[in-house]
Amino acid sequence: MYKEYLTVSNIAGPLVIVERIRDVKYGELVEIEAAGGFLRRGTVLDISTESAIVQVFEGTIGLDVDKSRVRFLGRSQQLGVSDEIVGRIFDGSGRPKDHGPQIIAKKMLDITGSPINPDARDYPSEFIQTGISSIDGMNPLVRGQKLPLFSGSGLPHARIAAQIARQAAVLGKEEKFAVVFGAMGITFEEANFFIEDFRNTGALERAVLFLNLANEPTIERIATPRLALTCAEYLAFDLNMHVLVILMDMTFYAEALREIAAARKEVPGRRGYPGYLYTDLATMYERAGRIKNKKGSITLIPILTMPEDDKTHPIADLTGYITEGQIMLSREIHRKGIYPPIDVLPSLSRLKDKGIGEGKTREDHADVLNQLFACYARGKEARELALILGEAALTDLDKLYLEFADRYEDEFVRQGEFESRTINDTLELGWKLLLAIPRAELKRIRPEYLEKYYPEKK
Amino acid sequence: MKEGKIIRVAGPLVVASGCLGAKMYDMVKIGELGLIGEIIELKEDLAYIQVYEDTTGIGPEEPVFLTGEPLSVELGPGLISSIYDGIQRPLDVIRSKEGDFVTRGVELPPLDRSKKWSFTPLVKKGQAVKEGDFLGEVEETPLVKHKIMVPDGAAGKVAEIKKGAFTIEDTVAQIQAKKEVIEVKMFQTWSIRRNRRVHERLMPDEPLTTGQRVLDTLFPLAKGGTGCVPGPFGSGKTVVQHQLAKWSDAQIIVFVACGERGNETADLLLSFPELEDPHTGRPLLERTVIIANTSNMPVAAREASIYTGMSIAEYFRDMGYSVALMADSTSRWAEALREISGRMEEMPGEEGYPAYLASRIAEFYERAGKVVCLGSDNRLGALSVMGAVSPPGGDLSDPVVQATLKVVKVFWALDDRLANMRHFPAINWLLSYSLYVENIKDYLNSTVAEEFTNLRQEAMELLEEESELQEIARLVGIESLSVKERLILESARSIREDFLHQNAFHPQDTYTSLRKQYVMLRTILHFHNSGLKALEEEKSLEEILALGIREKISKMKFLPEKEVGLLEVFMEVDDAFKELSQKKGSEENV
Repeated sequence: MYKEYLTVSNIAGPLVIVERIRDVKYGELVEIEAAGGFLRRGTVLDISTESAIVQVFEGTIGLDVDKSRVRFLGRSQQLGVSDEIVGRIFDGSGRPKDHGPQIIAKKMLDITGSPINPDARDYPSEFIQTGISSIDGMNPLVRGQKLPLFSGSGLPHARIAAQIARQAAVLGKEEKFAVVFGAMGITFEEANFFIEDFRNTGALERAVLFLNLANEPTIERIATPRLALTCAEYLAFDLNMHVLVILMDMTFYAEALREIAAARKEVPGRRGYPGYLYTDLATMYERAGRIKNKKGSITLIPILTMPEDDKTHPIADLTGYITEGQIMLSREIHRKGIYPPIDVLPSLSRLKDKGIGEGKTREDHADVLNQLFACYARGKEARELALILGEAALTDLDKLYLEFADRYEDEFVRQGEFESRTINDTLELGWKLLLAIPRAELKRIRPEYLEKYYPEKK
Repeated sequence: MKEGKIIRVAGPLVVASGCLGAKMYDMVKIGELGLIGEIIELKEDLAYIQVYEDTTGIGPEEPVFLTGEPLSVELGPGLISSIYDGIQRPLDVIRSKEGDFVTRGVELPPLDRSKKWSFTPLVKKGQAVKEGDFLGEVEETPLVKHKIMVPDGAAGKVAEIKKGAFTIEDTVAQIQAKKEVIEVKMFQTWSIRRNRRVHERLMPDEPLTTGQRVLDTLFPLAKGGTGCVPGPFGSGKTVVQHQLAKWSDAQIIVFVACGERGNETADLLLSFPELEDPHTGRPLLERTVIIANTSNMPVAAREASIYTGMSIAEYFRDMGYSVALMADSTSRWAEALREISGRMEEMPGEEGYPAYLASRIAEFYERAGKVVCLGSDNRLGALSVMGAVSPPGGDLSDPVVQATLKVVKVFWALDDRLANMRHFPAINWLLSYSLYVENIKDYLNSTVAEEFTNLRQEAMELLEEESELQEIARLVGIESLSVKERLILESARSIREDFLHQNAFHPQDTYTSLRKQYVMLRTILHFHNSGLKALEEEKSLEEILALGIREKISKMKFLPEKEVGLLEVFMEVDDAFKELSQKKGSEENV
């Protein structure tokens, strides 16, 4: 039996200070029983010979200094896993939420995980077809990549994430595939959207969900993404599955972290976020990847809503420094009524170069991608110029580019929520648009591909 | 071993009592697991320890073992081609022993103890030697002759010298000093926080060529110089650093991946054995040491990784090599300093960084330099340092950027806007600078071409003029510019697109020799000057711009490194303009 302490001396925000403790370790899991018998859990954040600072996941409402009983459980927070875990829904602390039975654990895993040895990493190079042209064609995703969606409030990031989860497949392969969904601080409606979508498409059977909703304890959010990633590691590296992890919304996670830092009176960094936010985010994002000689993989799509659509906000900024690119959503394109409102110019996939080309997608992919980029960028410039000086001031060529940019958004970017385009369709669509540009202007495409794919106009 | 007792654990910071007698920066082992840490503050018998591994599961009352030794690196044969974590633990060996994830409390020697190296003596018995002198050498890889040097502070007569295959722990030489006999093994240990001594420091005067046109021609770095690459995410810092690691003409490369992405490190590890050194044709890995402490590995080890890399780099410099150290990214190192400082409850400076941030950064870059090494042969060595900086939001007023700019001599400013236009390397030619241009002028003019630095000046002026003209064009329209000014715009564009723009993923374009850079730039400027002349001869701008030779100039970057083919393009510029001026009569009638 664990020793019980009745020595709580101080409760502040999410933190509880326990005095006169013995044999307590850093990072240890803690159970706190409030006067009414209600159990909560927490973890040791700081420990000295006299006292321990405990961060309480479920919040400190109703706790008192006098009667709260504290038990130290002698282990860090763990998740019990087995192959039964697939198809289940859990709360933000890993307890079943779908009225199903407890998981009978085959393995207990520490939720903080260990870093992958850089020497053991395999470079991600397998193209994932998401069926969305503006991702597949322009900023392709590869297995083992971490590619966040940078969004803003009111933008349809959830629908895009669900569409990716529904359609993602690797060309020409039938493999064990799973989706792990971690929700931090999102609303019931948003969470329900995913559950319903997964259920309707049959994806729920191969999904694991960890849900911490907006009205649930803030501090629990610190654990939720780690539970999701621990589960993903088990599925990927023990059960050889290809796992797609969606974490939403990282902004609420970072805010929870800030709350704890503030309660501990730590020296704040930018905008009040703790100085270690980078390290903290990295210990989660870096759990994505591939390992040499292992079949499975973890591909990670964190979603974050940028406050005021500001990509220099610390959460977006630090995420961008860790992840391998970003998919940027644009309010401007969204206002035009285009779904998905992906702004391809500031979007980037750093790992695309080894994932596309002959034998992976198509030989002309890289060239078409660069050419579409260049033409669209020039078309957008022309659009700005037309705004200032009037369309009459444009040269004939610029008018062609302007028209190209409009058609590009309307035909290439715009697609149905349930429309899945193959990479071949996407590239053909690209070529169709490029037809409107004179052949001599297509400098980014190698002559042999122009010969092969550019049908001469009669 | 003396023992202390833990009294507090807060993340990577552990406080222990009973540590009287411990010294600053001594290495300690913590708890039953033996986690490695370093003492960073002493207060009576309390020691504040930063721990290089995750401290979960450690608690008060556990023992702390004081080793009495500073945190050190092992220097000797076996360093090259290795991949280490921030405190020089061999990651490949850890992987084969412990599996795919890095576990805690692993203790493995950085250098292989069982491997035998063939030792060739370079001194004879009875010869007088002093510190830094070569005793012998080991061919570590076909690219690197690893010199075994007389250790720091030792001098005397060679009492015995061996020849043959030995492990690094075998004695290969004995030196009869005044009082005692010093046994010399092939490896030595060195505290990472101490600079390695040199005889004398010199001014850098040779360029470190990188094969990157915008760097070598416009903003060159000198061998023994310092440079920094700040930029927001997605602007191509890491690609620039990787290109430098691949193509710099240094003999040894030390790459410190400090708090960066695991997949990018994997890319380095997988591509370096396959990439060829353009100067020797051997795999690049044969001259490279990689320190990888990715962003999810313990934060304190990130702080140490920079110093571990620096000590290894200095060691090779002492052998008389030209060494280049790349650190990607120093911001993560500074953040590690900030995190530890925060946990120690120190008074913060700007943005929460500790007050000593600037002095630590200055100390680090000052370890670079061109030097006369220790040893009686007065050999020269050079250590060049290039650091990436990742300022939040790309904001150059960030304290790390500012502290770095105070000490480095070369500033390669990465520009978000250029990156969005897919102009790579996205180095802004108006903001960047190099203070070595004067130092290396003589070298360039005598080895590459007489007029090299003049061409550079001319190109810079064109780019400068372009930005002014563009400003005018934006305000009052392009029509207001004279034909001459419009030719300047076109030529500057040619410099940007045909010269500065360089594709790191194109097999030919990824590396350009200095000589080819010179011919390319000369050709572009020759076109410009011929164009100016043609304008004076009343030719229209359209005619000049319609010349077919322009396309050839734009494809020069893809031509092989052969003088003949390149000069041909240069000649053809003359031909094209001659043809144009002969057409004169007929054109005028139109």
